[in-house]
Amino acid sequence: MFLNFFTELRAARIPVSLKEHLTLLEALKSDVIGKRVEEFYYLSRSTYVKDEAMLDRFDQVFGKVFNGLETSFDQETAEVPDEWLKQLAEAVFSEEEMKAIEEKGFDEIMEELKKRLDEQEGRHEGGNKWIGTGGKSPFGNSGYNPAGVRIGGKGGQGRAIKVWEKRAFKDLNDDVEIGTRNIKVALRRLRKFARDGAQEELDLDSTIRGTANKGYLDIVMRPERRNAVKVLIFFDIGGSMDGHIRTCEELFSAASSEFKNMEYFYFHNMPYEAVWKDNKRRWSERIPTFDILHKYPHDYKLIFVGDASMSPYEVSYPGGSVEHWNEEPGEVWLRRMTDVYHSAVWLNPIPEKHWQYGQSVQMIKTLMENRMYPLTLGGIEEAMRTLTRSH
Amino acid sequence: MRFDGTRDYVATEDLKVAVNAAATLRRPLLIKGEPGTGKTVLATEVAKAMGAPLIEWHIKSTTKAQQGLYEYDAVSRLRDSQLGDERVHDISNYIKRGKLWEAFTAEQTPILLVDEIDKADIEFPNDLLQELDRMEFFVYETGETVRAKERPIIIITSNNEKELPDAFLRRCFFHYIQFPDAETMQEIIDVHFPDIQKELVKEALSIFFDMREVPGLKKKPSTSELLDWLKLLMHEDLPLEVLKSRDPKKLIPPLHGALLKNEQDVMLFEKLAFINRREGRQ
Repeated sequence: MFLNFFTELRAARIPVSLKEHLTLLEALKSDVIGKRVEEFYYLSRSTYVKDEAMLDRFDQVFGKVFNGLETSFDQETAEVPDEWLKQLAEAVFSEEEMKAIEEKGFDEIMEELKKRLDEQEGRHEGGNKWIGTGGKSPFGNSGYNPAGVRIGGKGGQGRAIKVWEKRAFKDLNDDVEIGTRNIKVALRRLRKFARDGAQEELDLDSTIRGTANKGYLDIVMRPERRNAVKVLIFFDIGGSMDGHIRTCEELFSAASSEFKNMEYFYFHNMPYEAVWKDNKRRWSERIPTFDILHKYPHDYKLIFVGDASMSPYEVSYPGGSVEHWNEEPGEVWLRRMTDVYHSAVWLNPIPEKHWQYGQSVQMIKTLMENRMYPLTLGGIEEAMRTLTRSH
Repeated sequence: MRFDGTRDYVATEDLKVAVNAAATLRRPLLIKGEPGTGKTVLATEVAKAMGAPLIEWHIKSTTKAQQGLYEYDAVSRLRDSQLGDERVHDISNYIKRGKLWEAFTAEQTPILLVDEIDKADIEFPNDLLQELDRMEFFVYETGETVRAKERPIIIITSNNEKELPDAFLRRCFFHYIQFPDAETMQEIIDVHFPDIQKELVKEALSIFFDMREVPGLKKKPSTSELLDWLKLLMHEDLPLEVLKSRDPKKLIPPLHGALLKNEQDVMLFEKLAFINRREGRQ
């Protein structure tokens, strides 16, 4: 029963197990819910989904399985302003047709548009509710992917949109929301508890054992247990990074409160022979990168934060830097740093789907041995996991 | 036993389904949601609605799973042995029952609230897997097995500070309390302040939802803050006009202390008010 639903959920990478499926069947058998499909939706949601970030994906799968909609959950369905659709309509319809339709209202336009697109491209048989323009790309110049543009359910026919069609949980998808507190939670994955430093905590177990052994009160102290992970963070600053300042600020404030042993430095585009700690005095107070490599031991974890978008010459040629004459290319420096600090990641504030368009992004990603992650909650978590794994 | 919300608690339909599923199958129900959306209150209200006793177990960062089962008080046994107390011969005198034990042996099926499970150590949920699954545990000191006469209804809340292990999640039903929309919010207010002026609520609500829309707020005001604010407004007996005026010069709502809990947020609002004033002059 509902095995199809179960396999679809797994195909959508929602972590459901047989145990949950059996629970659902058990609940159905013991008549927890009535016969309404909404109730079944609520019940299956609370049985299968254990992470609010997965709720939106669940809604999509549910819609697909029980309504026969075609969905692709990898592609972000863009919210397209009405004007654009109107423009598209203008391109497809003649003027008289537009006038005729305008009297009917916007929903009708969309209906007509859908029909028209169906006819023109001959690939929308079966009256789907979705317009997927696929090969034809009317919004190409604006840089938006029209694939999977959703045009308002069954509007215009007086039917209410179903609960799961509302996709009310869209905001909670885990690559969207980001904030200091959330980042802190993500950073917490990178923890290595150790006891070192001053002995200031009473070790009760050892005290009891010691007292029993010696026959008099033997108090044993030990250092407090704390997060001993050590981190070096390098922030790309200025230029194309200006648009990402807010996210970087949030990451910085979360990281500085989460990691007790954290050192940060700034660089521009690529780390070259020198970096700096105060952006106002970036020319007067530069710290040679070699000093950093020599000062901090190799068990430090290395995190770069930057958009990795620059001219490819900056990566691979001497003198490629936009700001000064560099004797050695950026890639030499990057390699030097990752040689010293084996566990290193690069966090990139640009959405992952745009990486393929930047040559320098690809080059740096290869230099980092693919350890480049988007600066989203999901990306940070994965980066921290990588840092914990490698030593 | 069915839960349909109570006089003091507005439950959305999906929440009712989740609670009823958990209550029927006697599996734990995990509740997540923004702070102040009534996660903890839910357990109290379910207990009230079902007429069941409520056992609360508040979790702190130092709480161990074992404390929920039982604790062996070795120190007082040692002291009693020094004083020659008779009780010392029976070890069960020094076993202190935990909240789970209490819930398992209760006369009437209780509601057990495990509040803020994410505060505890990462291993905490894993240590409770067997106990929650089979609803039984073994007491090593006395060699007895405590088994639930009737499986209690367990409600667990989490603020998402730590990720919970998969094995634990598989055993639970899950519900994410969404921030209520304007309609549900109206219902909630009606429940809490039945005799409040309709106009006042309408104005207050629209100010409140506008405030939640302001980008860059560190802590968005939530349901419990709105209720506090309304209480204050009623207490101060502010004339309706003050709320209604929406003077661009006074962007900060009256008695904002109940809504904004962060001085940076208050500053943000003051800044916005300043910008508005400047634009108003032009």
